[in-house]
Amino acid sequence: MSQTGAENGAKQAGATPPPAPAAIVRKPDSPWRAPVAFAAMGAALVLVGMYQSWAVALAILNMGLVSAIMAMGLNLQWGYAGLFNAGVMAFTALGGLAAVVVSHPPVMDALSAGGRGLVLSAVIVIGLIATIAFVGTQLRGRLRSFIVFVLVIGGYAVLRPIFGEAVTAIESVDPARTGFIGGLGLPIMFSWIVGGVFAAAVAWLIGKVALGLRSDYLAIATLGISEIVIAVLKNEDWLARGVKNVTGLERPVPYEIDLQQTPWFIDAVTRFNATALDAAADAVAREAMLRQMLIDASSAFVKLAYAGLFTVVLLILLALCVRALNSPWGRMMRAIRDNEEAAAAMGKDITARHLQIFVLGSAIIGIAGAMMTTLDGQFTPGTYNPLRFTFLIWVMVIVGGSGNNLGAVLGGFLIWFVWVEAEPAGRWIVEVVSANMDPDTALYKHLQDIAAPFRLFVMGLVLLIVLRFSPRGLLPEKVRHS
Amino acid sequence: MPETTEILNALVLMTNFVFVPALAYGSQLALGALGVTLVFGILRFANFAHGDLMAFGATITILITWALQAAGVSLGPLPTALLAMVPAIVVTAIVAIGIDKAVFGFYRKRKAAPVVLVIASVGVMFMLSAIVRFIMGTEERRFSDGTRFVVRALDFKKWSGLDEGLAIQTTQVITVVVTLIVVAALFWFLNRTRTGKAMRAFSDNEDLALLSGINPDRIVMVTWVIAAALATIAGSLYGLDKSFSPFTYLQLLLPIFASAIVGGIGHPVGAVVGGYVVAFSEVMLTYAYKRFATYLLPEDLAPSHLMQLLSTDYKFAVSFIILVVVLLIRPTGIFRGKVL
Repeated sequence: MSQTGAENGAKQAGATPPPAPAAIVRKPDSPWRAPVAFAAMGAALVLVGMYQSWAVALAILNMGLVSAIMAMGLNLQWGYAGLFNAGVMAFTALGGLAAVVVSHPPVMDALSAGGRGLVLSAVIVIGLIATIAFVGTQLRGRLRSFIVFVLVIGGYAVLRPIFGEAVTAIESVDPARTGFIGGLGLPIMFSWIVGGVFAAAVAWLIGKVALGLRSDYLAIATLGISEIVIAVLKNEDWLARGVKNVTGLERPVPYEIDLQQTPWFIDAVTRFNATALDAAADAVAREAMLRQMLIDASSAFVKLAYAGLFTVVLLILLALCVRALNSPWGRMMRAIRDNEEAAAAMGKDITARHLQIFVLGSAIIGIAGAMMTTLDGQFTPGTYNPLRFTFLIWVMVIVGGSGNNLGAVLGGFLIWFVWVEAEPAGRWIVEVVSANMDPDTALYKHLQDIAAPFRLFVMGLVLLIVLRFSPRGLLPEKVRHS
Repeated sequence: MPETTEILNALVLMTNFVFVPALAYGSQLALGALGVTLVFGILRFANFAHGDLMAFGATITILITWALQAAGVSLGPLPTALLAMVPAIVVTAIVAIGIDKAVFGFYRKRKAAPVVLVIASVGVMFMLSAIVRFIMGTEERRFSDGTRFVVRALDFKKWSGLDEGLAIQTTQVITVVVTLIVVAALFWFLNRTRTGKAMRAFSDNEDLALLSGINPDRIVMVTWVIAAALATIAGSLYGLDKSFSPFTYLQLLLPIFASAIVGGIGHPVGAVVGGYVVAFSEVMLTYAYKRFATYLLPEDLAPSHLMQLLSTDYKFAVSFIILVVVLLIRPTGIFRGKVL
């Protein structure tokens, strides 16, 4: 028994006698639902731009695009296949690691200091794994366990000094600025693909060992594994500096400061704002006005450039996901989700299909993770926490509508919007409540601190309300059979 | 052969840095894991909100502690929080029952898949963690008062004449004693009282229990009261021992799940054993045995490096590794809990 939760909740509504399956009697959802929802979302962003600031609106748009891709990846796993992946955070971080590994220039001193040790360690590890795999196929029973145990202990004893020495050598190379091996020095856009590959590789490992577990256990296992991945990224300083962060990553779009000196850009801004500039009192005022306009315009231009890149990626992935869902493969996935036993009886390989979709979904999340690090321009392993990077993505998928790609995209935008705007909303509420209070009292001071956690409260509330009153989400999955 | 004093020094060293801290931490995990395992055994879902329920219980304890301290009430050498826990349990239990009525009860009545309840518990987790931050802010708080140490390192050195000191904090002793009492009381309740037996019957086979005339609503309510009590005690003891900050309780959730699963989820004895297994592995795998070995080995064999299996940074990761290994090798846990 492994049905999608949201669907199951809806289907089993009502008391005895058992009603006809809800999917059959439910009237079809209006085709206007998705366009209207997306238009409303766009209007909300425009309102933010008009009343708050365009910088905030564009920032929400960019992270919304990234979140939408993450939600799509998770939707593949949960919505198509019913796999409870609570390790989204790990794949996001692996994508971020890819951004560092691909784009950072190599640190030659560190490589010459510890490169040989690292390669040797890698060879030992690979050799050990190969030996263990060989032993696993040749021997049986207690002897096998004993030999594997001896191999692991012996391998660790050999590996530890070599690896430790290499790591110490690398981390002592200019620790304030580098102290890690650096990367390949390639354009950072490549990392979006590499991030997907990294995430897919780790997902394959996780899936191989954990996918046999049923939903609750799978959730706990993936949550645990994601914490292990983050712990490794935080503490292995030789790899990506750990909690010391890698900052100043290269960008796929121009820098604001360069744009402000580029003739064509200055020209465009001047022409675009000709009337305002002509109204300036004198040449000095005109110069000052133009400078401010250039600053604003360059910042907006950079954000729009990111938005353009991200939109292209989103559209490509969306097209692939929609096609996959509508293909015979997608139909098979839904069949497996809705009734594993029946699908298995039809000759479908459940384990292999689950592994396949787990890897694919994780790869999409990895791509989004690399894009996020690209957007931030820095990789900060210390900031990954399950609330923000795993459970928030879950809220996006559930609220948007699990099993529907457009729903996941909408959920990504909407929930990111709420997540960002909940804090100013909380501050506004605090201001209203404490408007007539004496600013010296302890209560007033305390109230000023609670605006930040307000977003957690709103998230929980939104999730619970949607789960209860609209368990299929804002844009429900289309039920095709009749 | 090392001399007797050397051996004694080594033993005291291990007691001070491994045994005592692991015992206290293990007790806190055991209490948390008991709550998770009870909810799992009877309500049949993994409650992701348990960590934040602990934080909420600890928050109420702290508020009442402050009120008591302001009123001049004190337990002398013992921390005031011990007294404050009693009303805090009542408040937390009421809140837990309220959450069940508002959220979980709805899905239970519809017989929704367990995974829906897990997702609902994620929503509850978000809201509870926000409420805790509303009340307490985000900074770290200490609320223990009374005597800090039962045994001081210096006094111990003077008394025994050894090189190694032994320090035992009051909170560590209290943690272990309270855990013993609570676990004993819980087992007595589950094995000897009518309600406890009804709960075990319900957990074992729901339909049979219903046929025997057991009132499910009452069982659910009692389960939440016990879970809330365990969460409040575990959360307050952890806060007393370390310090209170809202985000640590989400980090505790995984070691707690690990403890419950290692012991066999749905199995109370397993939860207690699992708590200690996880705590001792965490401490022992990340402890540097250099000094310990220096005492025991002859001088020319003394180790030059730290003799640490894993760096201290991986302390939390140890419990996740145990969790994953147990899930993969023996998902039913040591005591053969329920198989999912």
